[in-house]
Amino acid sequence: MSITRSGIHGSLLGGASRYLLLTFMAATALIPGYIMFVGAFKTQADFLNSPYGIPASLSFGGFRSAWTDKFPQWLINSFVITTGSVVVSVFIASLAAWGFAHFPFKGRETVLGVTVSLMVVPPVVLLIPLFQVGVHLGLISTLRLVIIIYVGLMLPFSIYMLTNYFKSIPNSILESASVDGASPLRIFSSIVIPLSGAPLITLGVVNLLWAWNELLLALVFLQSNEKRTLMVGITGFQSRYSLDIPTVMAGMSIATLPLVVAYLFGQRFFIAGLTAGSVKGE
Amino acid sequence: MLKQASTVGARNGRPRTISAGQQALKWISPAGIVLIFVFGYSLISLFTQSFRYDGKWVAFENFTLVLTDPLFQTALKHNFYLLFTVPVMVFLAFLLAVTLFETRRGMSFYRAAVFLPYVLPIPVVAVVFGQIYQLRGALNIFLTAIGLDGFAQDWLGEPKIALGTMASVILWKEVGFGVILLLAHIISLPSEVFEASRIDGAGFFRVHWSITRPQIMNTIVFFSVIEAITMVSWVFNYVYVMSNGLGGPGDSTLVSELYIYRSAFSNKAPELAAAAAVCLFLCTLLLVVAFFRIQRRSISGTFGR
Repeated sequence: MSITRSGIHGSLLGGASRYLLLTFMAATALIPGYIMFVGAFKTQADFLNSPYGIPASLSFGGFRSAWTDKFPQWLINSFVITTGSVVVSVFIASLAAWGFAHFPFKGRETVLGVTVSLMVVPPVVLLIPLFQVGVHLGLISTLRLVIIIYVGLMLPFSIYMLTNYFKSIPNSILESASVDGASPLRIFSSIVIPLSGAPLITLGVVNLLWAWNELLLALVFLQSNEKRTLMVGITGFQSRYSLDIPTVMAGMSIATLPLVVAYLFGQRFFIAGLTAGSVKGE
Repeated sequence: MLKQASTVGARNGRPRTISAGQQALKWISPAGIVLIFVFGYSLISLFTQSFRYDGKWVAFENFTLVLTDPLFQTALKHNFYLLFTVPVMVFLAFLLAVTLFETRRGMSFYRAAVFLPYVLPIPVVAVVFGQIYQLRGALNIFLTAIGLDGFAQDWLGEPKIALGTMASVILWKEVGFGVILLLAHIISLPSEVFEASRIDGAGFFRVHWSITRPQIMNTIVFFSVIEAITMVSWVFNYVYVMSNGLGGPGDSTLVSELYIYRSAFSNKAPELAAAAAVCLFLCTLLLVVAFFRIQRRSISGTFGR
């Protein structure tokens, strides 16, 4: 990142106004998270007194009442669905991307173009036919079907990003390997994958955010209370605990925590991964 | 198409005994099978259903019913209004990306802060903003405190402004994604691009507007297309949570996704939902095609893989 950090430096006033803008934006970005987090540690009376101040005393009542009922089960469901769909989608997308990047078969650009353009198909469009299939096969309220659908929906972007990255790997590296007689599988597993750490992690985090946060399909396909994901579960919280905001906020805080962890972990790969994949290679 | 033989693998110049197509097929097929099930089967089934009622062929009857339904018209109109958020979002993302690029002290803090909304779950965002935008919520308290109580509103309860309020939440959440994309591209530009203009002593924003912007145009277009599609077909989460699944007050925040969802699952009319879904799908296609048309005319050749 330090390469172009020389930047362009305007007047002192320009510098100050830039910091003003950034500080304003950062505050706007952080305040809702702050409200959620401090709200989770209040009692309802505290919250009504001062909804946005620092809590007078820490109360864990919100967490206690949030962590009952099916909440732990919902958390597990979300973990299973997210892990399953992220692992499968990144794995089969990297196989496909290698297929597209490495083998110049006839019609490649067309097949790739069609695959990538599936990105623009609205998920709600697929909802009805997939639901009917689910009913037909008795797979409604199973995590399996949701994982498959999530994988499908994540594939077009994943393939797009990884194909661009794999194409940008210098030919010379691959050539020397194939002169040595390495098979495409060998080249893929011992050269391409180790070189692709940043884009693979970036893609993993992007897909993880998507899968963890998805609401529409989870709402429709997971109808029994035991099979709900956390997002569907806490959406119901709002109306159920409308007189107990700290419980709502506590539930939300728990639901957000894994994402913040994933994000902080993935953050340093983000810039590198996105530069290498979806942006470069045009 | 896949089976056509090409005897020479152009990538590494080694003659192949098996055709490249067959080789590629092996690698692509796992993803291909999932895609054919999730997209291929669904789209075909959707189109056939939209022309049937109770299994019988009814030609365009479902479409006539849906398109003359004032509710569906309202829903589409709302999606259209939401599109106007996109230019604002793209401009803000660009402004923040170049500002972050120029900032050294505290850059990583500001960057993490600006990206954070992108990470938060939409239901969480929607619930928290629901609190903020209440009649006695944080925003009105703030406006009163700085003497602007005239501007205090029932942000989500007043039908005239509820959709705008919703748009502001979507903007808040999505802009971080644009900042990541644009910043990543700006950082990857060769530094000579900036050196030259710095010697000329051009002003901060003018430099970026006239030099950086054209360089990253393809990423700007990419982000604009993604967000335009989001506005038309991926705002269900916000609306569902902030209006408790109703699209209210009244039908002031009803969007086409919610209409389809309700037709299919509350009103048990999958055929009508299918027809509405086909309309929505065609709208997205139209949007994408139009976008690339305009784009190709104005900056010919900069976007293309």
